[in-house]
Amino acid sequence: MNPDQPILQVKNLAKYFPIRKGIILQRTSGYVHAVDDISFDMRRGETLGLVGESGCGKSTAGRTIIQLYRPTSGNVIFEGTDLTGVSGSALRQTRRKIQMIFQDPYASLDPRMTVGQIIAEPMLIHHTHQGEQAKRRVQELLDMVGLATNYANRYPHEFSGGQRQRIGIARALALDPSLIICDEPISALDVSIQAQVVNLLEDLQRRMNLTYLFIAHDLSMVRHISNRVAVMYLGHIVELAARDELYENPLHPYTQALLSAVPIPDPKVRGKRQRIILEGDVPSPIHPPSGCPFRTRCRLAKDICAQVRPENREIRPEHYAACHLV
Amino acid sequence: MEKLLSVQGLETEFRSREGVVHAVNGVSLNLDQGETLGIVGESGSGKSVTVMSMLRLIPTPPGKIAAGSACFQGKDLLKMSDEEIRQVRGTHINMVFQDPMTSLNPVLTIGRQVTEPLEKIGVGQREAQEQAVKMLEMVGISNARDHLNSYPHQFSGGMRQRVMIAMALITSPKILVADEPTTALDVTIQAQIIELVRQLRDELGMAMIWITHDLGIIAELADRVAVMYGGLIVEEAAVEELFANPRHPYTIGLLGSLPRLDSAGNRRLTAIDGLPPVLLQKPQACPFAPRCTYVQERCFKENPLLAEVKAGHRTACWVNPLPGKDVL
Repeated sequence: MNPDQPILQVKNLAKYFPIRKGIILQRTSGYVHAVDDISFDMRRGETLGLVGESGCGKSTAGRTIIQLYRPTSGNVIFEGTDLTGVSGSALRQTRRKIQMIFQDPYASLDPRMTVGQIIAEPMLIHHTHQGEQAKRRVQELLDMVGLATNYANRYPHEFSGGQRQRIGIARALALDPSLIICDEPISALDVSIQAQVVNLLEDLQRRMNLTYLFIAHDLSMVRHISNRVAVMYLGHIVELAARDELYENPLHPYTQALLSAVPIPDPKVRGKRQRIILEGDVPSPIHPPSGCPFRTRCRLAKDICAQVRPENREIRPEHYAACHLV
Repeated sequence: MEKLLSVQGLETEFRSREGVVHAVNGVSLNLDQGETLGIVGESGSGKSVTVMSMLRLIPTPPGKIAAGSACFQGKDLLKMSDEEIRQVRGTHINMVFQDPMTSLNPVLTIGRQVTEPLEKIGVGQREAQEQAVKMLEMVGISNARDHLNSYPHQFSGGMRQRVMIAMALITSPKILVADEPTTALDVTIQAQIIELVRQLRDELGMAMIWITHDLGIIAELADRVAVMYGGLIVEEAAVEELFANPRHPYTIGLLGSLPRLDSAGNRRLTAIDGLPPVLLQKPQACPFAPRCTYVQERCFKENPLLAEVKAGHRTACWVNPLPGKDVL
């Protein structure tokens, strides 16, 4: 396989959820435009941060990429195979190489299974390891994520949030994936534990040449862990660039406002930063605004913003933004 | 000078199936007129229980305030009659809670809820309504008069938190206690709320206690900071001092584990190993000792008391390391 070829190509991906009315004769009365026409590539071995506020569609994007939700339109091409065109066992076969780490370490582990069973389950489903072999692999995985190997016989409730997240990571690694979709893997954890898990993810990436799609709303952590960052708003990617480029020269008015809103843990910068306070709330994704999705809260909005949807354009080398005014 | 609020030796415990949980183990803190005190700590560190105990909002049983006093303008809140404490809570010390979705009554109109604290202290209905409109406009709700008849479900999370703040401020309290009021909100909405609270605080000259786990918010808002761990205050200092010269190993670790938005992230985060303590026993030794990189033998035997390392800067540590110099 050509190493320069993107590991994942997302092309015009959209996911609309129907809103149904009525009990027996259900009619569709509208759609939630959760993800609306997003496109990006992922390079092998990189971490792409996907950030945005709640309801912007970042988690739906992750789940649609891995085909937990089938997309409304668009393509997801993983290592040359279009996942949207396959189903059943063919999909399962391809999807082995893509795994997911979920946000809630309390809900994402079956409380009736032992840690060993949880981690071994993907191997049994895909017939990669059996019996003693699987047991040995479980111990190897526990060791890799920094847990004692004798934890295999215990149940999830015996563990803290951070330890559970390590169990979830071990399960994701069981099939030796190349791409891991991390859906807010640290937002449910305490600050001192977050750093433990992030350091683990970084170590594993280096050791196993993993590619991460890191979905999060913590902009400081995303800057720390990502190589490139994509910003989502109301189902659209409004800006995408290399990490330092995005944080130091944000071009889209939404990115600028978002970055200026993050509190910085340093009293010396208090009052010295320029704050862009956004007015109002995010519009409903059921009736998204015409033209630019951000225009209702944008301080720069002009007539054209209501009429024409801005395309993602390469404004500086490798720096894309969807705004008429930059 | 008499402190506006002075908490001494507060201890709170809860009975549970596993035994008695010692949530707060001797917390003392002071608050001056117009001052903003930030309390930081992780979940289970006792920060919310401290202020809830002080205001007697702990459900008893299973909770129990085992020791201590909390004097507000010279009177001990913990010894007041139920009627007296209710007077203080609705008028002089008001609280904003974390979850704006569940803290408002869904079957009462916004107007009814915002005017309630005023009517309790004998303000007439018409006058209360006028003040409510003014207050709602102050917290940035447009068409406030029309919204008096709206219900909470018609408002977004950020708007509801504004209503909560209007409710808390309508009696011009001496102290506003905010328990993670922006944790459930998005950053852009959080920025709106922080900006609003800062303005109102300066206009009304009230004191604030702001509880959070986010050191960024502390750096933006607080004058003085108390860091809690295992039901104890482990470090307390003016905000600039705490961020510039943290001396307790937990604070040092916490600051080191944070990535910064304003600097490139090539540095490895310094994680604090291990887990927070389970408080089924009253700590006899330093609660942070098992996770501490600077730990000494004494730390496992005796619990250090808060002591000054510098004027206005107190820590509870036998070592008081200087980061960068006392490396293990």
